[in-house]
Amino acid sequence: MVRTFQITVTAIVVGILLGTLIAVLRLSKNSILSSLAALYVNGFRSIPLVMVLLWFYLLVPSVISKIVGQPNMDIRLLSAFVAFSLFEASYYAEIIRAGIQSISRGQVSAGLALGMTGGQTMRLIVLPQAFRRMTPLLLTQAIILFQDTSLVYVIGLAEFFGVAYNTGNRDGTLVELLLFAGAVYLVICLSASTLVRILQKRLAP
Amino acid sequence: MHDPQIMPTLAAGLDWNIFFQPAFDGSGNYLRFLFVGFQWTLHVAITGWIIAFVVGSIVGVFRTLPGRVLPALGTAYVEVFRNIPLLVQLFLWYFVFPDIVPGFGTWFKQSLNPLIQQFVAGSLCLGFFTAARVAEQVRSGINSLGTGQRAAGLALGFNIPQVYQLVLLPVAYRIIIPTLTSEFLNIVKNSAVTSTIGLVELSRQSQQLGEFTAHWYESFIAVTLLYGVINITVMIISRFVERFTRLPGYVGGK
Repeated sequence: MVRTFQITVTAIVVGILLGTLIAVLRLSKNSILSSLAALYVNGFRSIPLVMVLLWFYLLVPSVISKIVGQPNMDIRLLSAFVAFSLFEASYYAEIIRAGIQSISRGQVSAGLALGMTGGQTMRLIVLPQAFRRMTPLLLTQAIILFQDTSLVYVIGLAEFFGVAYNTGNRDGTLVELLLFAGAVYLVICLSASTLVRILQKRLAP
Repeated sequence: MHDPQIMPTLAAGLDWNIFFQPAFDGSGNYLRFLFVGFQWTLHVAITGWIIAFVVGSIVGVFRTLPGRVLPALGTAYVEVFRNIPLLVQLFLWYFVFPDIVPGFGTWFKQSLNPLIQQFVAGSLCLGFFTAARVAEQVRSGINSLGTGQRAAGLALGFNIPQVYQLVLLPVAYRIIIPTLTSEFLNIVKNSAVTSTIGLVELSRQSQQLGEFTAHWYESFIAVTLLYGVINITVMIISRFVERFTRLPGYVGGK
């Protein structure tokens, strides 16, 4: 379970930071930057997460060994961190882009009229409001991400689900442990999404 | 599963001729090998989609019905299927479901060949998982029509099934075609998860190709492109469907 949360939290933090950057780039006036950002988002969104994980389990080890040689960290875990962070960034970028676009043009004009630069307006005026507005969506995406971490099974990394499966397979209690794992996910995700719904009601003006 | 210690690097260069070499299982060359995976991906995605569409429509309609029991059932369905990871659901369908249904398990495991077992479990899993998402789309499509349409139908003397069949659903489906398209794309992507129970769909084939030939990059690039091809094709088809089904005065209509 620790590993599940490790991956989830890393991917949320990196995903939102990188996602914000990509969303801003995608909305920029520079057509090269915006089309690069669009390519990133559409590229990641059109291939299955399983393939993304396999890809990074292929790429990360060979890149790492070229740069630093033998890493002293679990290479599977590192690959999963990178894959989930980059993959989630593309999903977060779309949510954040929609959030930024929902802030009215008047806010941007007001910021610019106060003598702020474009970057300052984005950072001090637009993004804080956008983030407040999209908190529920970001959290919902985090719940989906939490569920998706079970897929690291495909690169042989054992997190909560993998451990449950392996234990069940070893002890001949597969049915019980799979049902148990399902129940644990259901309880966690259901409570989390109920909390998000309450938060959403509170944030709504 | 490959071992990162003996990973090939790109320095060796890409060798595309690998796709014309005979496959390890004697079924032809590797191009054909990937094509088999491509077909299974489509089979499982389309079968799953049919289940998702039927079940999702029923559940979605349940959630908009008057009364208490049926909407609550619909909500429970959506919550359960949305809050358990797909991989867990797949393993439940494949390992647990045949065991807890009396009599079914032995028949399922003994008289069907493994590929069919994997296909059945995979389609059911993807179908019921996606149904929860389709149900939400159907519900929001029906709700977006407002109460006026429903009231008008009832005022004309239709009963509830008639109102849904003749008034609400024909319009609701047309409104939600774009979101249904993205759900279909999701089911195609999610079908990659069935590789974990051994179904020989695209991503499974790409792993096997990599394992047997060590040409991981060529294999992954080809499969990634094939997923891209499916994506683009589905989007083009859905654009046509949208054009032929849109209604004047509604989203996307003239």
